[in-house]
Amino acid sequence: MADGKVIVVTSGKGGVGKTTSSAAIAAALAQGGDRVCAVDFDVGLRNLDLIMGAERRVVFDLVNVVRGEASITQALVRDKRVESLFLLPASQTRDKDALTEEGVGSVIRELRMSFDWIVCDSPAGIERGATLAMKFADEAIIVSNPEVSSVRDCDRIIGLLDAKTVQAESGKRMPKHLLITRFDAERAKKGEMLSVDDVVDILSIPLLGVVPESKEVLKASNVGMPVTLSSEGSAPAKAYAEATRRLRGEDLPVSLPSDRKGLFGKLFRGRAA
Amino acid sequence: MNIFSLLTRRTNTAVVAKDRLKILLAHERVSTGSNAELVNKLREDILAVVRKHLEIDPEAVKVEMDRNGDMTMLGIDIELPVDNKPAAEDEGKSASKAAGA
Repeated sequence: MADGKVIVVTSGKGGVGKTTSSAAIAAALAQGGDRVCAVDFDVGLRNLDLIMGAERRVVFDLVNVVRGEASITQALVRDKRVESLFLLPASQTRDKDALTEEGVGSVIRELRMSFDWIVCDSPAGIERGATLAMKFADEAIIVSNPEVSSVRDCDRIIGLLDAKTVQAESGKRMPKHLLITRFDAERAKKGEMLSVDDVVDILSIPLLGVVPESKEVLKASNVGMPVTLSSEGSAPAKAYAEATRRLRGEDLPVSLPSDRKGLFGKLFRGRAA
Repeated sequence: MNIFSLLTRRTNTAVVAKDRLKILLAHERVSTGSNAELVNKLREDILAVVRKHLEIDPEAVKVEMDRNGDMTMLGIDIELPVDNKPAAEDEGKSASKAAGA
């Protein structure tokens, strides 16, 4: 029996890349052969199903399971490309009060028994959905854009992780990882964007990875594939793959993958075109 | 204005962003809980530092954080016993640090 690790992907602010990151990291973990379940906590506004390309195969959802209307096995959607990757979708119609702490707790307990990793995609905000997504987590991935409002909201979320989770309540400190997304190295160099060091310095939590701003992310969502699967060689895919290795405990330096070709690449491409 | 600032005349907005965030978050962290934890840690550290040089009662160190309008005051009060050898004549010593908004 597996004793899965529960990871919450959270940020406070919306639109920073929680769902993209959840899908990409869940897929990267599963590609290594581990059994992974991605859980969408955004009740009423689910999107992880769409990003993972499973939207047409959703039958039951998290609320059905919490209410005992369906079993977890019935609600899980298996990924078409990676065998060991599953999705537990959020419901689209019901209100967020449909989730109870006890209900979510027992779903997580059950998932822990059959998965190695449970990746909880948190909704934006600091309301019920977001607090429930983090409640039972073992570790947290905090997603921030290098931008003031996003960093501020992350700081609030860090405060919540240290106060409103099972770990915090039992006197432990939840391990936290910072994932900076939509980073533009050139703008940061020019002083137009907070640098990686700035964000790390302000939030003072260890860096898991830096995902560059990239066109590949939108392309991947267009076709419903986690970016780690859709364009494996691309900069964001590399960044997520690296972040995932670090999440597994590997000690490797954070690099800044880029989509831009070097001079040779540019010349080569120029010739070929 | 020196030569360096002329060269980097183009406004570095990231520096502005970082400064604004640092000031804002210093306030928000104090006003939104987890304050008690910080105060406790500070108290322990200060106690350890003072105890390296002086023998004092653990209860003799008082740390308080107060938010007053746009100022946050960190008040540290350390009561020293009268008969301590090193040149610490005064009964109590307090330091405070303020962060502007």
